[in-house]
Amino acid sequence: MSKLDNPRWRTIDIVVASVIAVAFGVIFWAWGLVWSATSGAFAFFPPAQALIYGVWLMPAVVGGLVIRKPGAALYCETVAAVLSALLGSQWAGTVIPQGIVQGLGAELAFAAFRYRSFRLPTALLAGVLTGVSAAVFDFFVWNAKYDLTSYRIPYALLTVVSAAVVTGVGGYALTTALARTGALAHLPAARDRTLV
Amino acid sequence: MISLEPVADPTAPLARRNPVAKLAAALLFSFTLVATLDPVAPAIAIAIELAVLPLFGVRYGVLAQRAWPLLLGAVGILVTLVLFAAEREGRVLVEAGPVLVTSGVLVTALGLVLRTFAVALPGVIVFATTDPTDLADALIQNAKAPPRFAIGALAAFRLVPMLGQEWQMISLARRARGVDAGRNPLAKLRLFVSTAFGLLVGAIRRGTRLAVAMDARGFDAGTPRTVARRQRFTVADGLLVVGAAVLAGGALAVSIALGTFRPLVG
Amino acid sequence: MSGVSVRLRGFGWRHAGRRAWAVRDVDLRIEAGERVLLLGASGAGKSTLLAALAGLLPEDSGERAGDIEIDGLPPQEARDRVGMVFQHPESQLVMARSGDDVAFGLENRGVPADRIWPRVDEALARVGFPYGRDRPTAALSGGEQQRLALAGALALRPGLLLLDEPTANLDPAGAALVRRAVADAVDAHTTLVLVEHRVAEALPLVDRVVVLAAGGSVRADGPPERVFAEHGAALAADGVWVPGHPVPPRRAVAPAGEVLLTADRLGLPPRLGPTDLAVRAGEALAVLGPNGAGKSTLALLLGGLLRPGSGRATASPELADADRRTPPHRWRAPALARRIGSVFQDPEHQFVTGTVFDELALGPRRTGRPEAAVRATVDELLDRLRLERLARANPYTLSGGESRRLSVATALATAPRLLVCDEPTFGQDRRTWSELVDLFAGLRDAGHGVVTVTHDADFVDAIADRRFTLERATRSTEERP
Ligand SMILES: Nc1ncnc2c1ncn2[C@@H]1O[C@H](COP(=O)(O)OP(=O)(O)OP(=O)(O)O)[C@@H](O)[C@H]1O
Ligand SMILES: Nc1ncnc2c1ncn2[C@@H]1O[C@H](COP(=O)(O)OP(=O)(O)OP(=O)(O)O)[C@@H](O)[C@H]1O
Ligand SMILES: [Mg+2]
Ligand SMILES: [Mg+2]
Repeated sequence: MSKLDNPRWRTIDIVVASVIAVAFGVIFWAWGLVWSATSGAFAFFPPAQALIYGVWLMPAVVGGLVIRKPGAALYCETVAAVLSALLGSQWAGTVIPQGIVQGLGAELAFAAFRYRSFRLPTALLAGVLTGVSAAVFDFFVWNAKYDLTSYRIPYALLTVVSAAVVTGVGGYALTTALARTGALAHLPAARDRTLV
Repeated sequence: MISLEPVADPTAPLARRNPVAKLAAALLFSFTLVATLDPVAPAIAIAIELAVLPLFGVRYGVLAQRAWPLLLGAVGILVTLVLFAAEREGRVLVEAGPVLVTSGVLVTALGLVLRTFAVALPGVIVFATTDPTDLADALIQNAKAPPRFAIGALAAFRLVPMLGQEWQMISLARRARGVDAGRNPLAKLRLFVSTAFGLLVGAIRRGTRLAVAMDARGFDAGTPRTVARRQRFTVADGLLVVGAAVLAGGALAVSIALGTFRPLVG
Repeated sequence: MSGVSVRLRGFGWRHAGRRAWAVRDVDLRIEAGERVLLLGASGAGKSTLLAALAGLLPEDSGERAGDIEIDGLPPQEARDRVGMVFQHPESQLVMARSGDDVAFGLENRGVPADRIWPRVDEALARVGFPYGRDRPTAALSGGEQQRLALAGALALRPGLLLLDEPTANLDPAGAALVRRAVADAVDAHTTLVLVEHRVAEALPLVDRVVVLAAGGSVRADGPPERVFAEHGAALAADGVWVPGHPVPPRRAVAPAGEVLLTADRLGLPPRLGPTDLAVRAGEALAVLGPNGAGKSTLALLLGGLLRPGSGRATASPELADADRRTPPHRWRAPALARRIGSVFQDPEHQFVTGTVFDELALGPRRTGRPEAAVRATVDELLDRLRLERLARANPYTLSGGESRRLSVATALATAPRLLVCDEPTFGQDRRTWSELVDLFAGLRDAGHGVVTVTHDADFVDAIADRRFTLERATRSTEERP
């Protein structure tokens, strides 16, 4: 565990968090097309679609791990949602509250560790919590008319699994890989880097 | 293809409204409609949305272009419902093995599909008529958003059109260096992932430089910022928000009066 | 604001993760209103020093020695007196519209709203910005971006103006315009520190020259005439462009050989109109033309990287080898890398690995060379282009000139029969510039074809056997020197 940094965001924290959000916003926009195009096919085996759900939740975990400041997870997920709406995502404005709800999940996990741990277990917890918040949102808002035992519950569980694996572990791996490239040199996430 | 330019006539009477007002109106309208699962209220809402479209200066063709993926989503909803509907009352229309389609299922599907459209369209309209700079300005001036964050996000938004070009350049660079995937789908996926990763790395580097350039111009130096572009929240903007709430409420009211209302919870 | 004075005492900076100091033992006094040209070999630490003066080196990004005072204050506290234009123009524009971008700095400084727009218009007029305030910044060419960045710095009326190679990548007319804008904008109340490799053009703007030695300390300091008279020959040998010390040309020793690649109405609307061109073996062809004419597009088409929008590129049977029936843009990548090498205009677009060494080894490995041969090639290139001490460094942490050299070296590493380079010499000091000219000349004399897109007149004079000029109106002319 490292010591708590000054919680104030520097310009670089704000801009890089925004850039991460923007990059994922663009990915969301493309992902939305994939999602729509495959939703008919996946309906025969809905678990599969839930498994790729984790991508929607990545900015929350990656943002939190890279920036390491209170609010980073929430900020990244929300800005990514706003951007995908600006780009003309078919879900438009509804992704904004959805993004806020999802971001809150991950934020809670980082807060639980008092913004001092950014290791795999934290990332995993952040993934799970953001998955839970996303699953709850979908359970009530989008999936209300589907069968409870054969669809809504498995879908929610798979969302959480996807969030743990794709978002949590994947987000952690992505952050480590980013740090290895040296791109995060001026950010808190680079602190653990071994000097060469 | 990716562009943040507004695609509508910016002088249209409602397109000119304050971005915060437009956003609030869209969210109010959408989230009132999330509350119901029946086909009637969303149908009325869609009619309202299509009727006000010219006031926002959005052409119907533009809307269709942005909203077509919703059609794919509609197919998904239909298939999912046929397989996993919670209730299957009504007349049996098709019965083949596990597939059981009843009139009730079709009504539910219609409701869900219409609801998706009704909920999504206001946002599509607002974002098609809103410039990101104006949105950030209005968020700072009228919604008291923290300026450092709004401006920081705005600066990052400027990179969006560049990301498309960057993607192309990264792909070209790899090809020039002898890296390609050929016909192997697995290699293709790997190359796609590594290109996406390269894009993210490049974007972060650019963001780092941008932050330095912003600091060099006195961003976040502690001096109170002034604003060069004034955004005003007028009575007309307030009316837009109220109007959206009234119209959405009206659609629900009609549905309740007709006895078709089916609440989301309960 | 009146001019700002600068003091450095034993200043040094070492970037995090580096063993060597980027600058070291710099003692320097710059009085208010002085105009200084900062010279030094590529990698001598010029950009680092400017960043330090602007207060843009955060404590946690490296190690500092000695100290700096701007008007008696630490640089972080004197930021509001300093305006800076960076080496990379496109990553310093902040807003989506040109006028808003200039206004951005004024808003940050708390200038009252009603005074902002007159100052924006004045700054835009000063740099000869050709469009209105609403012009999207994403639609500007490299030269226009550079001008806008300069306007953004000038609008702040800084007491200390720091310019890092403000004319790199500009066509000669654009470069002259930017220099004139700087000359007009800098009055008795502005202290100027300018970094520019091409001394001759920059001299009219300055009254003092400071030369940084590679590895630290100030090597020479004084009025330009005196510095060049006293140290001229030694500085030239060290890599500084000294006026009156020309580099000998490297003309072709033999007439050009057979045609390697033919462009037949080749184009990509709207970026490039139909273009006819033949590239020969044993010939250095220079492609010239103003900013935005489509030179880079042509280079990518010739390099087999973009699919042509019109016409076609045909490789000779000799170049095409086993792929005679297909045009270069359909070749598999390893085959392409073996036959046609490309150097991109922005070096950073080209990097795909994490260290300088891997970057150079990638191409040879992909084309199937044995590991021992790969090592030998890489070591030779590292040595000739003075990158050996950076072999383990990350390509993205290199200085402007170093990253340019690395990107050229990556294309040279596969020894392709045809080499297509986009601005291979910008930002180079005299020594590495000569080394590049020698490398290209050597390839040409060994029968390779060399195409270079360039704004560098010295380079054209030194090596080009033939020139091809693209006009902006997508008309082209061909002539022999
Ligand atoms: N962010 C960084 N991290 C690590 N090393 C760096 C970084 N920036 C520069 N360096 C190194 O510091 C040294 C000085 O770099 P600097 O950019 O100041 O050189 P320069 O004199 O401006 O060269 P050029 O004329 O090529 O632009 C170089 O060896 C470079 O590799
Ligand atoms: N990816 C792209 N998409 C669309 N237009 C482009 C793209 N790249 C360049 N252009 C435009 O095409 C024209 C030619 O661009 P190109 O980069 O080939 O010019 P150039 O001659 O290399 O200019 P410079 O000397 O500034 O490098 C320019 O007007 C440019 O704005
Ligand atoms: Mg430099
Ligand atoms: Mg070019």
